[in-house]
Amino acid sequence: MSRAVEQTNRAMLRARDAMDRAYAQPLDIPTLARIAYVSEAHFIRTFRATFGETPHRYLQRRRVERAMYLLLHTEQDVTEVCHAVGFGSLGTFSRTFRQIVGESPTDYRKRRTAPAAPVPGCFTKAWKRPSSFG
Amino acid sequence: MTMNAISRSQVYVLDQDEALDFYVGKLGLEVHTDQDLGFMRWLTVNLPGDRQREILLEKPGPPSLDPATAEQVRELLTKGAAGGFLFMTTDDAHKTYEDLVAKGVDITDEPMERPYGTDFGIRDPFGNKIRIGQMSVQP
Repeated sequence: MSRAVEQTNRAMLRARDAMDRAYAQPLDIPTLARIAYVSEAHFIRTFRATFGETPHRYLQRRRVERAMYLLLHTEQDVTEVCHAVGFGSLGTFSRTFRQIVGESPTDYRKRRTAPAAPVPGCFTKAWKRPSSFG
Repeated sequence: MTMNAISRSQVYVLDQDEALDFYVGKLGLEVHTDQDLGFMRWLTVNLPGDRQREILLEKPGPPSLDPATAEQVRELLTKGAAGGFLFMTTDDAHKTYEDLVAKGVDITDEPMERPYGTDFGIRDPFGNKIRIGQMSVQP
């Protein structure tokens, strides 16, 4: 039984790693479920049980975290940032960004400055991602 | 009295032979010590030319851990949450990256230019995180 859990965990982790790596690509549920070798419905349910949120939500947070990074560290305009992190439409991007961060991409850029000490990307990825865990 | 080096670090692995396939076969590390102590298999690896720094590849299980705790460690490890994290440096991040991709290593982050250098992320077969960087800024 426990070995099955480990295999499932690794399959879910592999799919989550794919989102971390290829966040800017069109990663839909069928694609991710194939990476994890399970059906789509099973994938969503199991991912949520494993990591505490749906794969869709995780990918949104990953993309928004990258958008926050680009807004602070580059000169790209909001539309460019939207496409660079994998959103197909500016409307969806702005709505999702506001929902997760609490303000618009433009306001976020205006009100924040880049942090002074650069830490390895793996930590900023994990810790600067806006939380949906309350 | 001053401590002067970090000489040995530890990560949990689910299978030590599979760990060797990965850390030696794919990453190119060398076996430092592989010894059956009776109560455990003491298995450490080091980067080529750097025998002063070892990584202990330890298998969680009894009698070190009770069976239920060992199961918890295994579960956390496979979720990528066990805490094992290794940072390594290379003199050519892009070349190392291509090499590891060709070997089928799980990539978590593509190479990225950062203020401190160029680095990318991989994962070992069990869930441990590894970061490999070509550092431009020396500490």
